[in-house]
Amino acid sequence: MATKVTKKYPVIWLQGAGCTGCSVSILNAVSPRIQNLLLDELVPGQQLNLLFHATIMAGQGEPVIEVLKDTEKNNKGGYILVVEGAIPTAEGGAYGSIGEKDGEELTIAKSVEELGRNALLTIAIGTCAAFGGIPAAKPNPTGCKGVKEVFTEKGISTAVVNLPGCPLHPDWFTGTISVIFFSGAQALNLDDLARPKLFYGKLIHENCPRRADFDKGKFAQKLSEPGCLYELGCKGHYTYADCPLRQWNNGVSWCVKAGSPCLGCVEPEFPDGTSPIYEKVNFEELIWSQK
Amino acid sequence: MVTKIKIDPITRIEGHMAIEALIGDDGVVKEAKSAGTLFRGFEIILLGRDPRDANRLTQRICGVCPTAHATASALCLDDAFGSINKIPDNGKLIRALIFGSNFLQSHILHFYHLAALDYVDAVSVVGDTAPFVPRYEGDYRISGEANAELVNHYLKALDIRRKCQEMLSIFGGKMPHNVGIVPGGVTERPTEDKITNFLWRLNEIRDFIDNVYIPDVIAVAKVYGDYFEIGKGCRRVLAYGGFDLPTGKLFEGGIVSPDLQPEPFAKENITEDVKHSWYADSSSGKNPAQGQTKPDLKKKEAYSFLKSPRYNGEVCELGPLARMVSNYVQGDAKTKELVDSLLGQVGAGIDALFSVLGRHAARALEAKLVADAMVDWLTYLAPDEPTIVESEIPEKGEGAGLTEAPRGAVGHWISIKDKKIDRYQVITPTAWNASPKDDKDQPGAVEQAIIGTKVKDKDNPFELVRIVRAFDPCLACSVHLLDARGSELGVFRVV
Repeated sequence: MATKVTKKYPVIWLQGAGCTGCSVSILNAVSPRIQNLLLDELVPGQQLNLLFHATIMAGQGEPVIEVLKDTEKNNKGGYILVVEGAIPTAEGGAYGSIGEKDGEELTIAKSVEELGRNALLTIAIGTCAAFGGIPAAKPNPTGCKGVKEVFTEKGISTAVVNLPGCPLHPDWFTGTISVIFFSGAQALNLDDLARPKLFYGKLIHENCPRRADFDKGKFAQKLSEPGCLYELGCKGHYTYADCPLRQWNNGVSWCVKAGSPCLGCVEPEFPDGTSPIYEKVNFEELIWSQK
Repeated sequence: MVTKIKIDPITRIEGHMAIEALIGDDGVVKEAKSAGTLFRGFEIILLGRDPRDANRLTQRICGVCPTAHATASALCLDDAFGSINKIPDNGKLIRALIFGSNFLQSHILHFYHLAALDYVDAVSVVGDTAPFVPRYEGDYRISGEANAELVNHYLKALDIRRKCQEMLSIFGGKMPHNVGIVPGGVTERPTEDKITNFLWRLNEIRDFIDNVYIPDVIAVAKVYGDYFEIGKGCRRVLAYGGFDLPTGKLFEGGIVSPDLQPEPFAKENITEDVKHSWYADSSSGKNPAQGQTKPDLKKKEAYSFLKSPRYNGEVCELGPLARMVSNYVQGDAKTKELVDSLLGQVGAGIDALFSVLGRHAARALEAKLVADAMVDWLTYLAPDEPTIVESEIPEKGEGAGLTEAPRGAVGHWISIKDKKIDRYQVITPTAWNASPKDDKDQPGAVEQAIIGTKVKDKDNPFELVRIVRAFDPCLACSVHLLDARGSELGVFRVV
C-alpha cells in the first residue's frame, strides 16, 4: 500500500492598506471552517500551510519576518502569496510597513514586490488588493494601487487571481483554492479582470429575488420598503457576483435581502464610480456599463 | 547599560504593530513611545462626498469593529440631518442589536484568537505547526488537561464568533461591513421569525460566555495572578456612553479619576494635540469639530500618524475597563455584582482591574452584560412599527456622533456644505490608548502602561506583548518606544 503523502502549499498572507475585514470574512467560512483551512487537508492529499498571517500567527517580531525571508528563499516559485489591502506607493511606500528587518522598515510596497516575484501564484483578496478600493479613492492620498497594477509596473510575471469584494465572501477564497487543488490553477476560468467566473460570472440583477419587482415596475421609494431598490441606488445592474444565490454569513442574508441597495463592492470602480451610494444610477451610465 | 528590545511586527492585533523598549540593567522599561505608520487618509477621501456615504465608507476603517463606525457615523449624520430625536424605537433597538452582536464577536475573538496564545500552550496540543510557531518560548504556565481544554476552546470560539456574525446578519445583511445601519434608523424589518431566530442564536452565545469564556478568563487569572499587578496605566478612564435605547443608554459614560471619583463628560473638552504627530502644527489643540488632517512628514518631533486626543488636557484610557469602572463607580447594580463576583473568585479588589488581567476580565464581563441586555432589546421590538425615519441632507450643517466601540469610545464629527462633506473627523479608541506624547509631553495610555514594567527574559519579552494586547489595539498600528536620549524609534498605524 502506498504511503499517503499530503502536499502542503506554503501560504504567505500579507496585509497592506486595508481594514482586516477580508481576513475576518475568511474566519466566517463554513464548510470548510477556518479550523479546517488551518489544520486539515482541504481536499484529499492537499492542504494549505499558512506560514504568515499577522492577525492570527503566534509569533511576533523578527522571527516572523524571518519566516517571510526563509519562505521566499527555500520555496522559490512554490508558495502562494495572498495580498489583502491596497499597496501604498507614494513617498517611496512610506505610508505603510509590515515590520522591520535589521533596522530597516519593510514597506508594504517592497514586500509585495519581492514576495510576488518569487511566488507560485498571487491571490489578491478583496477590492483593495485587486483594484485599490477605498484607500485608492479620490484623491488617493497615499498613492494606493492594486496588486496587478504594481506587478505590471515592476515587470513581475507571477499570475494574479483577483477575488474582490468589500469584503470578499469566504467561499470565493476556499472555492478558488479548491479549483486549484482539484484541477490546477490553469482551470480557473478568469474574466478580463482576473476574477473567477465561477463566482463573478453573473450579474446581481439577473439573480436578484427583487428582480420580479423591477420587471413589474414596483420600486421602493425609501429604505425598508419592499420592491426593487433601483431608485435607491442599487448597483446590482452592473455588478458581477453570486451574492443573491450564495448569500452571506452561512446563508443568513445579503445586502439586498436586508433592504440595502447593492454597493457594487466587487467592481473596480468601487467606491468612486459606484457613489453616491444611495442615488439612482443614471441610465446612460447603465447602458455604458453593460456594453 | 540599556538594552533595546524591538518587536516589529506585533501580531494578533488589528493590523500591524511594533514595539521598541529600552530596558535598564534592572530589567525595567525606562521610557516608552508609541507611534503609527499606516496612513490611509480616510478623512481626506471623504471630503466632497455625499454625507450618507460616510456611513458605509467609514465602516471600512476597521473590519473587526465596522459596526462601531457605522453606529458613530449614523449618529453623527442623524445629528447633522436634524433627526437625532426622531429615530423610531425599532431603529434604535435594531442598531443596538447589530452593534451588540459585533461586540460579542469582537470580545470573544480578542480573548481567544488574539490574546490567548500568550498564555496557552497550543503547540503541545496541535503540534509544532504554523501558524502556532514560531512563538515566544518559556512562560506557559498551564499544562495537561487544563491546557488542552483551553486549546479546544480556542477552536470552539472560532465557531462562536462566527455565529455572532451570522446573528448580526439577520438585521445587518452581512458581516463584515453591515448594510443595515443607516441615517434615520435601519433598513431591515423585525418580523417575528427573525426575532426568534436571533434569540436562539443569542442564547447559544450567552451559554458560551457564561460557561466557557468567563470561566476561562478566571482560570487564566488564577495561574497568571502577577498580571493583576502589571500594566496599570494612567488610571483615568473615559467613556462617551453607548447603546442608545428607547429607555436611555446601556453605558452611561463619564470620566473616572485615578482615585475612582466619577466626573461628568462633555465632548467640548476633547482636544487633539499633534506636537509628536506627522500633522501640521497649526492643527494642534483643536476640538475635533474644528479639527483638520494635514500630513506633514518632515516634522522633527513627530513619531506617529496618530494624534494625541486628551480630555481637559489629561491622558485617558478607553475600553471595556473604562466602561466597567465607570458603570461601577456610578453604582450600576449588575456591573457591580459581576465585577465583585469575579474579583472575589481571584481574591482581588476593584484596583486590580487596572492591569493586564483586569482588562481581560472587564472585557469578558462586559460581553455578558451586553449579551444579557440584548435579550431584553429583542422583546421590545414591534414587528409592525417603522424602523426608519426619513431625513434630508441639509445645505449646511454640523454633527457629532459619539458611542462606544468594543475597544472604547469612538467619535465622528462632520461639517456639511452644499449638501457635501466639508469636514470629517474620526477619533478611534486606539487613537486615545496608543497616542503619542501630547503637547505637554505626557505619554499616552499604552506608553504609560509599559513604562516601569520589569521584563524577565529579554529574548522572550512576554510582558510587553501581553500589556499591549490587553488593550486590544484596533488600528493597524505599531508601538515604538523611546530610547533614553529621547530619539524617536518608531511608529503607529492609523486609519
